[in-house]
Amino acid sequence: MESSQSARDVIREGDFVVLKRENVFKAVQLQRRKKIIFEKQWIYLDNSIQQFYGSTFEITGGGNLQPKRKLEESNAETKEAGADNRNIVDDGKSQKLTRDDIEALKEKGIKGQEIVQQLIENSTTFRDKTEFAQEKYIKKKKKKYEAVLTILKPCARILAMMYYGREPGKICQLRYDTLAQMLTLANIHAGSKVIVMETCAGLVLGAVMERMGGYGVVIQMYPGGGPVRAATDCFGFPESFSDTLHEFPLSKVNSLLSRKYSPEISSVGPNDKLSPEETSNGCLSRQQMAEKEFGSEMVLETNESEAQEVTEVSTGELENQDSQDQRNAKDKKDNEERKKKQDEKRKKEMQAAALLREKNADGLIIASRFHPASLLLALLEFVAPSRPFVIYCQYKEPLLDCYTKLREMGGAVNLRLSETWLRNYQVLPDRSHPKLLMSGGGGYLLCGITVTKENARLDTSGLDVQKTEEPARKKQKVEEFQS
Amino acid sequence: MSFVEYGEFMKEGDTAIVFLGHDSMFPVKLQHGAQTQTKYGVIRHSTDLIGKRYGSKVTCSKGGWVYILHPTPELWTMNLPHRTQILYSTDISLITMMLELKPGSIVCESGTGSGSLSHAIIRTIAPTGHLYTVEFHQQRAEKAMEEFKEHKVDHLVSVKSQDVCKSGFGVVNIADAVFLDIPSPWEAIGYAKSALKMQGGRICSFSPCIEQVQRTCQALEAHGFTDVDTLEILLRVYDVRTISLQTADLGIAAEDESSAGLGQSAVCSNPTQRTLQFKSAVTPREMVGHTGYLTFATKSLF
Repeated sequence: MESSQSARDVIREGDFVVLKRENVFKAVQLQRRKKIIFEKQWIYLDNSIQQFYGSTFEITGGGNLQPKRKLEESNAETKEAGADNRNIVDDGKSQKLTRDDIEALKEKGIKGQEIVQQLIENSTTFRDKTEFAQEKYIKKKKKKYEAVLTILKPCARILAMMYYGREPGKICQLRYDTLAQMLTLANIHAGSKVIVMETCAGLVLGAVMERMGGYGVVIQMYPGGGPVRAATDCFGFPESFSDTLHEFPLSKVNSLLSRKYSPEISSVGPNDKLSPEETSNGCLSRQQMAEKEFGSEMVLETNESEAQEVTEVSTGELENQDSQDQRNAKDKKDNEERKKKQDEKRKKEMQAAALLREKNADGLIIASRFHPASLLLALLEFVAPSRPFVIYCQYKEPLLDCYTKLREMGGAVNLRLSETWLRNYQVLPDRSHPKLLMSGGGGYLLCGITVTKENARLDTSGLDVQKTEEPARKKQKVEEFQS
Repeated sequence: MSFVEYGEFMKEGDTAIVFLGHDSMFPVKLQHGAQTQTKYGVIRHSTDLIGKRYGSKVTCSKGGWVYILHPTPELWTMNLPHRTQILYSTDISLITMMLELKPGSIVCESGTGSGSLSHAIIRTIAPTGHLYTVEFHQQRAEKAMEEFKEHKVDHLVSVKSQDVCKSGFGVVNIADAVFLDIPSPWEAIGYAKSALKMQGGRICSFSPCIEQVQRTCQALEAHGFTDVDTLEILLRVYDVRTISLQTADLGIAAEDESSAGLGQSAVCSNPTQRTLQFKSAVTPREMVGHTGYLTFATKSLF
C-alpha cells in the first residue's frame, strides 16, 4: 500500500499532468519526444519522467527540462536602497544594456538568472529605488527571463483554476470557488449515487468523480450524441473509476419517465453517425478529444503548433488509408467493430436506465448552458427524498424560475439562491492589501433538499404559512413604501 | 444512517434533522419511547419516526407538520451545539477543494472546536482516509469524540488533547493536508510541516485578523512552503420575491400604456392605481461581511 502510494507520486510516461508557470496552468498528456508549447516556449517533457510530482524545472536550450534545486539567494552584499523616488527621473536611459545586448545574452544561452543580475548591475537607478521597488523590479525581470515550470498532479483545484483562467467560456464561467460550493452543498462523497448534468467540458463530472474516489455510482446525463469529457480525462483517473461511471442521453429522459423507454429506438439512429468522435468509444477517442480541446488554444498561441496538429492528423489519416487499401477485409471488420461498440453502448445505456429507474439517487448536480428549469424538474424525479441537489447557472434569472416552479410543485425544502464572492490578497510585510483585480462573477447556485411529495398539494397550516415566499405583510409594506 | 453513508429509513440511535421551516430546524437523536417537542406539538419517536423514510412529512400532535431530514455535515453545521466559534459551509467548501481532499486523504486539524469542519472532512475522506484532530481543551476534545461515536464516524478520526503549538499533531510524515484554526498558527507551522508527507502536501490556516495572516505567511515562507495564497470568500444569499411597483401617472390612457411595452409583465390594474410585477432576487439588508482569511500553501519537495 505504502509503496504503491509513493509510486503514484512519480511522473510517468502517458500520465496526464499539469504544467504551471507563475499562475498559468496547462494540462497535457506526457509523451516522449513530443513538443509542447507553453507560455510561448517549446518544451520537451522527457526529462521529467521518473521525477516527483511537484518538481520544478528550468527550461534549457532546445526546450529540455532540467531539475531545479532551491536557489540560495546570495544577496550577501550589503543592500543599498533609497528612501523615496524624489530624485528618480524617467528619462528612459537608466538601463545601459540595449535591446540588442539583451538579445545577444539570450542567444549565448546565458542563464536567465544571470541576465537578471546583469540588468540590475546596468540599471543606474536601481540603487536609488526603495527596497520595495527593488524587490518588485527583480520579481518582474525574473518572471521575464527565468524560464521555470512546475509539473503538478492534476486535481479539481488545479483544473478548475486552469479552466477558469484559460477557457471560462467552455465551463459556463463557473468559478472554482463556486464549483467548491457545489460539491459541498450536494454532499458529494464516496459511496453515493449521483446524477450529473453538465456542459462544462466534463470538469464538474471530474470533480464529482474525484470526491467519490471510485466508490459509488455517477450517472452523467448528456445532450446530443455523447458526453463531453475532455476535462474529465485531464484528471487521469485510474481505469477502475470508469466502472462507476454511466451515461444516459437527455433526449430519452422523457420516455424513461413515462415508462415508454426502449434503448432500441434511436441508438442506431443518426446520433451515432453525426458525431462519432464525441461518443466515448474507448481510450483512443478520449485522448483525441483531450487533444482537440487544447489544440484550439495551441493554434491561438502560434502557427507552428498548427503545423504540428496537422502532422498528427495526417499520420492518423495515413493509418486510415492503410486500412482502406485492404478494404474488403477490413470493411467487414470495421462494421463488426462498430456493431460491437453500438451493442456495448446500448448495454451501458440500459444499465444507466435501470439505475435511474430506481429513482433513488443520492444527489443531483446541474451545470449547463441550457435553461435549468425543465432539466431540474425532470431529473429531480430520479432523486430519493432527503437528498441535496444543486443547480448552477451563469445568470440568476433562470434560477428564479426554478425556485418558483419548485415552490409550486413541492417536493423540495430549504431552497437557497446564492452567490459567492472571492477576494485575493497580497500579503507582504507592510504591503498587505486586497489584490487589484477580482473576479466580477462566478455564477449563481440554487440548492435545496428533496422531500416526499404530497399527492395532492395541501394548503394547510404549519409550514406553508411561514414558507410562502411572500408574506402578505411584507407585500403590503412594499406597496406602502412605494406610495 | 451515518454521516458518511446515506440510509433510507430512520433507525434507533440515528441523528435526524427536524425541519420546521427555513432557518428553523434542530437535530434529534432517535430513541424508542422518546418524545420531541416542537411548536406544532409533540413527535413520538417510536410511532412517528423510527421505521419511516427520511424526507417524510410527519404530523405533530397539534396537527402541524415537519419534515425529517437525513443528516449531512452541512445540516449538522447549521444545527450543532456551539462550544466555540465555528466554520460555516462556505469556507469549508473552499478549504476542502483547495486542500485537495478526497477519499483516502490523511488530514491533520487543529483545533477541533465544535467539530463543524471535522464532520465535513470526515465525510470527504471516507472510507479510506483518516483525520487526526488536536484540541487543547480537554472537555471539548472529549465532547467531540462522543459526537463522532454517535454519528458512527469514530473509526475515521482520532482526537488528541494537547497543545498543537507545543506538541504538534502527534503524527509525522503521513498527512496529505493540514488545517489550522488557532489563535497563533505561525507557532504551529513547523509541526504542520513535519506532519505532512515527505513528498509534500497542502496546508490551510484560517485567521480572522490580517496581522495573524501576516505572521503566518512569514512563517510559511521561512519553512519553505510555496504558492502561499491568501483568499477570502463571501456568501451572498438572495431572497426570491415578487415585487410590484406602481407605475407613475403620466396622464396616459391605460390602453396606450400597455401598447407602450409596459404590459409585458403581469399588470394588476385598478381604476386609479396600476402596478407592474416582476420576480427579483433581493439581497438581505445585512450580510456576513467577514469570517476569516484563508491562507493556503504547498509543501514542496525541496
